[in-house]
Amino acid sequence: MKINENILKNDERVALRLRDLYRAYGYAQYKMSKFEEYDLYAKNKDFLISDNVITFTDTNGKLMALKPDVTLSIVKNTKDEGGLHKVYYDENVYRVSGSSRAYREIMQTGLECIGDIDDYAITEVLMLAAESLSRISDDYVLDVSELDVVSAVIDELGVAEDTRAALLSAVGEKNIHGIRELCENAETLCRLVSLQGAPDRVIPALKELLSGSRTLLAVERLERILSALQMAGYGDRIRVDFSVIDDMNYYNGIVFKGFVNGVPAGVLSGGQYDRLMGKMGKKSGAIGFAVYLDLLERLYDGGREYDVDVLLLYDKAVALETLVQKARAIAQGGESVMLCGGNPGELRYKRRLTLTAGGDD
Amino acid sequence: MLNIALPKGRLGEKVYAMFEAAGFECPSIKESNRKLIFENQAVGVRYFWVKPSDVAIYVERGAADIGVAGKDILLEYEPDIYELFDLDIGKCRMAVAAKNDFRDDPQKTLRVATKFSNIARNYYTSQGRDIDIIHLNGSIEIAPILGLSDVIVDIVETGTTLKENNLSVYETIVPISARLIANKASYKFKSEPIEAILQSFARMAKEQK
Repeated sequence: MKINENILKNDERVALRLRDLYRAYGYAQYKMSKFEEYDLYAKNKDFLISDNVITFTDTNGKLMALKPDVTLSIVKNTKDEGGLHKVYYDENVYRVSGSSRAYREIMQTGLECIGDIDDYAITEVLMLAAESLSRISDDYVLDVSELDVVSAVIDELGVAEDTRAALLSAVGEKNIHGIRELCENAETLCRLVSLQGAPDRVIPALKELLSGSRTLLAVERLERILSALQMAGYGDRIRVDFSVIDDMNYYNGIVFKGFVNGVPAGVLSGGQYDRLMGKMGKKSGAIGFAVYLDLLERLYDGGREYDVDVLLLYDKAVALETLVQKARAIAQGGESVMLCGGNPGELRYKRRLTLTAGGDD
Repeated sequence: MLNIALPKGRLGEKVYAMFEAAGFECPSIKESNRKLIFENQAVGVRYFWVKPSDVAIYVERGAADIGVAGKDILLEYEPDIYELFDLDIGKCRMAVAAKNDFRDDPQKTLRVATKFSNIARNYYTSQGRDIDIIHLNGSIEIAPILGLSDVIVDIVETGTTLKENNLSVYETIVPISARLIANKASYKFKSEPIEAILQSFARMAKEQK
């Protein structure tokens, strides 16, 4: 049976396309329970986008939570025995979202690659991120940053912990005047933030800016990875942008954020999170990303113009067999049909048929 | 088409003049009528006036690609946007003010009346001070006079209102000025006009110095 893709909502359609993509690269679906012990989230509160979690007490008195995040559960349940674990998920999470400060059910898809992460693994995840965006919209941008570089440049300033946090949030806002206000000799950091754009233009400038520093190795790795992605055809969609900042208590190395034209916020977010692994007592590395499908609702326009293709009004005297026959004929012909024996109310339809005992008109 | 949210009022008019000087003029904005949105197809801009405290919301949610908002609003609402440029106009400061004879008693919870609850909370939390926030929507200055609060946290421009009511600035929290802000996604997809505006603002600032 062939299903018409048009009946799917945007987020459902994208979720299907992404599932197809991840499976093709050897990622297995990770299916999880809706609940998780609250303890897991309490210990890693800062990792969550919002720290409000819906909790309830289980029958045995344990405090449980409706999961606000998938990554933590996957990390918890992944065995730390070497090798590579590649999983993707397609789950609903529950968290406070936006300015309404109310709980929402959010459909989220993503993947995690856990184990011995090498250059190929990072490149593959970045490529899948770019490809995921291209399956949402042709007009997309993937911003890539390297947290170890940003962190090293800030470390060199030798500032106090609270200034460091303020500097990081200024970097996230591309707030160069703010960085200057916070710290006088932060010229390298300001230059780093203003370096943005196509990798082949930015990387040489970046090497010059950081020449002689110990972060050059990280820059060279970034260069190798981005040039491989360029070969794969994603070059003009990937930009280096050091304003992509994630919590450095959890993330390290390469982090990224994806945007599609028409959605005001980032729809994809991810990076390496070796530090989270460390906090949870695991030795291996990890990288992954999530796609926020709830943001796609408004992306494609063309709302429902009609409620139904054919409105079929019938007279109570028409034989039941005739009605069934007529309805099946229209539905199987590919049009949607609504039969109504009385007042149809305010229904928008393409055409209207009337069936009376004497035959149709 | 680049959508630009301007703050209603004197500051907004000054800001529009800067956009005009940067080559993004829209003559229809100067006609006095009740229109809310002004468009100039030729240079590809659309301006609209909104309440100053709402500019950040329009930009964060993408209804405006860029806008101009006071640092006070950005600190209070903490929107997820890019803060690209300090326009160095609309200057004032966020300050703690109290009655002239006020002496802080650290043993008591400090009662703070303000429109800027978030800024006040962050400021006193960083000092480890226990406070009781009284959120008011206007006429903040009256609160300490009537004994509703010990101090107020508010914007101080010249200090005349404070002086006339026997209040004075006690501590300055942060200097405030107008900032050019941009929606994060718009910055990626409309980078050309946004960069052009940014560069000509930077040029103008340099010339003024």
